[in-house]
Amino acid sequence: MSSKDRILGRIRRALRDDAPEVAIPRDYLPVHGTRTPAERVDLLAAHLTEYRAVVHRTDEEALPALLTRLLDARGAQSVLVPPGLPPRWLPSGGPTRVPDRAASTPYELDRVDSVVTGCALAVAETGTIVLDGGPGQGRRRITLIPDHHICVIRVPDQVVDSVPQALPLLDPARPLTWISGPSATSDIELDRVEGVHGPRTLEVVLVGTQ
Amino acid sequence: MTGTYLGMPAFPDFPAFPAAAREAVRDEVLRANLRHATHTIRDKRAGAVAELADWDRLRAAGKAVKDHTLRHLDRYLLQLEEAVTAAGGTVHWAADADEANRIVTELVRATGEREVVKVKSMATQEIGLNEALEAAGIAAYETDLAELIVQLGHDRPSHILVPAIHRNRAEIRDVFRTEMAHWGRPAPEPLGDDPRELAEAARLHLREKFLRAKVAVSGANFMVAETGTMVVLESEGNGRMCLTLPETLISVVGIEKVVPTFRDLEIFLQTLPRSSTAERMNPYTTMWTGLGPSRGAEGDGPTAFHLVLLDNGRTDTLADEIGRQALRCIRCSACLNVCPVYERAGGHAYGSVYPGPIGAILSPQLRGTGSTIDASLPYASTLCGACYEVCPVAIDIPEVLLHLRERVAQGGPATRSGVRVTLRPADGHTAERAAMRAARLLLDRPGALRAGERLLARARRLAPRRLPGAGRAWTDSRELPTVAAQSFRDWWDRERSDPR
Ligand code: SF4
Repeated sequence: MSSKDRILGRIRRALRDDAPEVAIPRDYLPVHGTRTPAERVDLLAAHLTEYRAVVHRTDEEALPALLTRLLDARGAQSVLVPPGLPPRWLPSGGPTRVPDRAASTPYELDRVDSVVTGCALAVAETGTIVLDGGPGQGRRRITLIPDHHICVIRVPDQVVDSVPQALPLLDPARPLTWISGPSATSDIELDRVEGVHGPRTLEVVLVGTQ
Repeated sequence: MTGTYLGMPAFPDFPAFPAAAREAVRDEVLRANLRHATHTIRDKRAGAVAELADWDRLRAAGKAVKDHTLRHLDRYLLQLEEAVTAAGGTVHWAADADEANRIVTELVRATGEREVVKVKSMATQEIGLNEALEAAGIAAYETDLAELIVQLGHDRPSHILVPAIHRNRAEIRDVFRTEMAHWGRPAPEPLGDDPRELAEAARLHLREKFLRAKVAVSGANFMVAETGTMVVLESEGNGRMCLTLPETLISVVGIEKVVPTFRDLEIFLQTLPRSSTAERMNPYTTMWTGLGPSRGAEGDGPTAFHLVLLDNGRTDTLADEIGRQALRCIRCSACLNVCPVYERAGGHAYGSVYPGPIGAILSPQLRGTGSTIDASLPYASTLCGACYEVCPVAIDIPEVLLHLRERVAQGGPATRSGVRVTLRPADGHTAERAAMRAARLLLDRPGALRAGERLLARARRLAPRRLPGAGRAWTDSRELPTVAAQSFRDWWDRERSDPR
């Protein structure tokens, strides 16, 4: 008998006591509060900041200048770029663009200073950005290995209030990464330290009519 | 704590809980570290939970999802297997620790690699995977900072969430200084004991391993039957490194971790982070489904994914109508942080990878109550009920503790490796001694005595004029006529004034 059959058989014997059917109550809240779009964006910004992400606000027109400034401030020599990032976001003349390619090795990615991506959506109540590997986001590893990640969120349309609102908008077949602030650990005497393995600095740019 | 960690299967030789706990309570550093940590986390957690007006409803829903899944566990596991396979993954079934270790060892061997990186996983600790791999000539590197501290220190984890909670910064610095060089990149010199510096040393040491790793081993917090999606919650990014960089990913996951639908995650993604780290959300959550839609050269992540579904005592636990609720556990560790016994005794005293209240009910069920440590674990509690109050899936830990005490003291039906057996009662004196020593040790402090109320209420319900479990064995030979009239505190005071 295979282990699969053995385990399934044990389960079926274990459940012979006719445990009652369990209905799942779904009366928990789909959202915790009523907010205008502006309030939703403010809450997202507040929660991200609390997680020690650096939040910036700008509009479409000023976005390229802001990104240039942020990369300059880091002294970034190179920047990873997912294939579908709008070209005008990063004007030429800035840091060397490194395209996201399947062939690049982790060692190559480790030498890149910064990465700029968009996102699939953001969740205000938890201060979370979700990436789904879409064209403006690239492979999961590009937002992981460089020490500096700039994530651009279109507001208010990419922002939802809550986790229950976020899940139906996501496709589980795609690789999903939920990010709430930069990499952090509290393993040493519960002192919070940023950037153990993932990026030490997460900058979030909220783009919309301000 | 020195000596090589031999994994869960070796723990039955561990001393009974009272003996191990007595060691621990003498250790001042340990107690100070523990006290600070558990109090900090539990105060923060209360705030995070209070933020959600529907906490009780989320808790009830989480409990129901888990109970429903367990009720149809065979069906959901088959659905999961189908979904993972359809997405390009391979599913393996492991009835016990040996089989799981064998499967993983073979999978690693097949890649031709001699080392793997690991993201913290209780299931692989439970089966002693690192030791099995080592025996096969394969080095397994733990990459969670706390797990790294534990591994480099030849130590054992003592907390579910913060496994190195028993170590302070000076001890950690010393471990890094002396041990890192044996495993790879040495610690930078000079190395201070500031957590920032220590984290940086770990970053450098481990990055070297991440970048070259070809094989990774993980666990998972949830598996979605409907879609085949695996979910890992973490903070540091070591999880993301392991889950996305290597070519081969092997996940070893207990069969109880399955949930029916993708939507069900909306419950646990709200309750787990708040219960465990007291955050609205942990910094990183990774979800992947097989090899994803774009496989092959242009794919995102590993090119081979193996899921090892682990039983190892879980179906035996499922066979126990009262005890099976332990399988709802989502390993948030909230119960550890509120437990007066854990706070004094520390995680090592439980002699298993699952410490604290959940360990006291899970380990004796997964392993049976044959060894001294497992027979004494159901007594490692004051039954104060705080663990039940905080549990995000409403596991009635005191109820299961009492149930297991009865089993230890009186024997009765149980299931071992899928076979129904009738356990013999533990030797009366052994049971009595275990109970009394544990209780004396643990109630040696006024605060914990409040605990008695719940014990008394439950003892009365279960067996009037008798104490439950081994306590009952004790009252079998002695009249205890006043237990109902007397408060537990009074009763205890009287007992304590007896010469030991
Ligand atoms: S028993 Fe409950 S409180 Fe304890 S770790 Fe499991 S889920 Fe958390």
